[in-house]
Amino acid sequence: MSASVAKEKSMVIQKEMIANHFKALSTAKETGKKVVYTFVPGNISELILAFDMLPVYPEINALQSGMRKKSDGFIQDAEKIGHSEDVCTYVKCDVGMMINGNIGPTGEKIPPPDLLLLSYTGCFTFMKWFENLKRLYPGVPVAMLHTPYQEDKQIKPEMTQYMVKQLKEEVIPKMEQVSGVKYDEEKLKGILRNSSKVEDAILRIFDTTKNRPSPIDAYFAGVYYIGPINSGFRGTAEAVNYYEELYSEIMERVRLGLGPITPEGEMEKERFRLVVEGPPNWTHFREFWKLFYDFGAVIVASSYTKVGGVYDMGFRVDPEKPLDSLADYCMNCYTNLNLEQRIDLLEQCIVDYKADGFLVNSIKSCNSFSAGQLMIMKELERKLEIPVGLIESDLVDPRYFSYSNIKNRLESFFQMLDQRKIILKQ
Amino acid sequence: MESLNQLIKKCEELAFDLDFTRAKQWKSEGEGRVLVGHMPIYFPREIVHAMNGLAVGILGGGDKKQIIRGDAYYQSYICHMPRGIIELALDGHFDGFEGFLFPSICDVIRNLSGMFRILKKGKFVKYMDFPQNFQKHIGGEFYKSELMEIADKISQINQVEFSVERFNESIQLFNKNRQLTNTAYNLRKEAPWKISAAEMYSVIRAGYVIPVEEHNEILEKLIELVNAAEGVPQDKIRVQVIGAFCEQPPLSLIRTIELAGCYIVEDDFLLGSKWIQGDIEADTSDPVGAIVDAYINHSTFSSTVYDVDDPKEYRMLELFKESKGDGIIFAAPSFCDPALLDHPILQSACDKNGIRYISFLFSENTGQFKVIKEQAGTFSDSIKLWDGDMVGLK
Ligand code: SF4
Ligand code: SF4
Repeated sequence: MSASVAKEKSMVIQKEMIANHFKALSTAKETGKKVVYTFVPGNISELILAFDMLPVYPEINALQSGMRKKSDGFIQDAEKIGHSEDVCTYVKCDVGMMINGNIGPTGEKIPPPDLLLLSYTGCFTFMKWFENLKRLYPGVPVAMLHTPYQEDKQIKPEMTQYMVKQLKEEVIPKMEQVSGVKYDEEKLKGILRNSSKVEDAILRIFDTTKNRPSPIDAYFAGVYYIGPINSGFRGTAEAVNYYEELYSEIMERVRLGLGPITPEGEMEKERFRLVVEGPPNWTHFREFWKLFYDFGAVIVASSYTKVGGVYDMGFRVDPEKPLDSLADYCMNCYTNLNLEQRIDLLEQCIVDYKADGFLVNSIKSCNSFSAGQLMIMKELERKLEIPVGLIESDLVDPRYFSYSNIKNRLESFFQMLDQRKIILKQ
Repeated sequence: MESLNQLIKKCEELAFDLDFTRAKQWKSEGEGRVLVGHMPIYFPREIVHAMNGLAVGILGGGDKKQIIRGDAYYQSYICHMPRGIIELALDGHFDGFEGFLFPSICDVIRNLSGMFRILKKGKFVKYMDFPQNFQKHIGGEFYKSELMEIADKISQINQVEFSVERFNESIQLFNKNRQLTNTAYNLRKEAPWKISAAEMYSVIRAGYVIPVEEHNEILEKLIELVNAAEGVPQDKIRVQVIGAFCEQPPLSLIRTIELAGCYIVEDDFLLGSKWIQGDIEADTSDPVGAIVDAYINHSTFSSTVYDVDDPKEYRMLELFKESKGDGIIFAAPSFCDPALLDHPILQSACDKNGIRYISFLFSENTGQFKVIKEQAGTFSDSIKLWDGDMVGLK
């Protein structure tokens, strides 16, 4: 492992972007900016930006609380007010944070919402989450945007029409009312032009794992890369700049034949290439990641980085059809794909990025991801005869992270990959 | 004439027949008949009926199906019901079913629909997106297109053409079923000592797996027999049970609650049977529109439906008041996000209104009831003790 962990320029840019965003949130009251709470999958940030409002993503706050070791207390506080041990820990972490003064990840207070935008995409818990928040913030309007599921492996015209009608008659009027700004389609188109550039760049970035060694880890580092698109920057010029910078840095690594950067420096020898399904654990993120890079395992593709939008299958926003595009974007998020589509996509990743194995990190909290994962494993094993493995953890509840358990399972999995390599060589 | 006991026994056999014998027999009795399985909670069975089909409720394997392969499809922290359903599917219990419908109630059911597709069960598998927008021209129109798609899928199998007349007839039959179901429930609410909650449960559940015409006859008989029954009121509290709308509690759990000193006078078991409140218009040129209208405007409340403009806690309180309840039992399936995430909302409404409640978790295959019995017994005793008079006779 190389010792240097110098910050790349893109990291500095991202840090600044996020810090500025939280600064803007903490001063929203003074500046008069309206605040919209919404979710990552199917987030229609472009529309929020078109009304000059500021988005807040409770999921991002929850994961940040997990990384900063605060989620434990928040979850227990939520359980004290009646939340079950059995439900999604993001919800409990968020509720706990709220009843503890809503101090966000940067230590600044997050303002209460002026609008709850329930972009109900690929997860039922979102609805329950906001039903709870609605009671904690009485009087705050809720705009529901129901995203139909791609149950038949396609987006049918009725589905898009349903969503566009909701945008026109439910979401936009509520945004106009809350922000006091009139809907301006030309402005939205301009924002979407940036989104389309960002989508292209994202795809190019995650495609660099085709190289050997892979210049990036598409899961552990990947979650940082998707930070800006998942936290409100998708249609901004800053995002275009950030992703172009990131891409050129990665291409430089490719040119130099370098592997991914880890928290302990550069990973020198790539031993295993994996595709991972499921979100990561946040409470022990560093230890979790280390378990992989210590074994020389690099993640060449992950489903989690597609949670806020899937671009691999050809989807791009069309700025000339802004509302249709937003609708289709929502319907194309990873967890809104049906099980067969998820399998097809993962299969494509395994083949394209020449993975040696497929691993599921099954999250106790998250039925949206977890229900069906064992079937996904069975199918991929059957179709590709590839080694598959399963580890279990949670997003932000440290009670469900067992280091030794995960380590044992990973060790056996890597042994299996080694053996397979020997067999394939023979 | 059959006695009440005989009728109930027959219903129990029908309701828990995991081979769906009566449904399969019905299919074999006529040309072009199709069986369409549907998962909880609610599905407008009128659509299937009007297309010469029988919509068969699939409510899991309960405590009657041993899980051998189902656990290999679901991690331990996912509710029990889907593993029972997969087990039934893998063991061929649904052989002969043409289609499967998965109403959009949660992520588990959503992904179960994908498993059925991969396992190539039936001739069609449809995940049914119920709208969460309740405006007729938005959510209503979308819902209509979903329903028409189902009618089309059935038509492709049996070549039955869409007919307004047949749809209106089907709606009438199901209106009658809803009326009779309500009458039966009301009888129980008024005199819960005449028929137990577990018995009533079996009668209503039988309706999920047999033709509606036959169930209507059963309900008519039941009402007659219950009216004629006498029974002795007991010193029990009146409770509302909430949270069991999808995965069903084992019959013994329902019995346990009653044996522990509680009359269950309101519940959300088999919620689909009372989903639509009142009649659906049955004399119209747009019967599917009428079904849509009923869903949009006359649905009951549920953990799976967006409720912001019609808060569920008030609707729960209304039901509680109507049923002259003494307390509420929150009984939810383990790991059921929709049910469990409602608890803080509903329980805080109880706290604000001075309603006493207890809460526990179950699985459809729960076999030990000692703890639940003690909890329900203590609950009943405490209410009786503190409320003074004989609560069961209110
Ligand atoms: S269930 Fe999963 S997707 Fe849904 S809110 Fe929780 S973590 Fe997010
Ligand atoms: S019991 Fe709850 S989580 Fe399980 S399938 Fe039913 S609604 Fe979904």
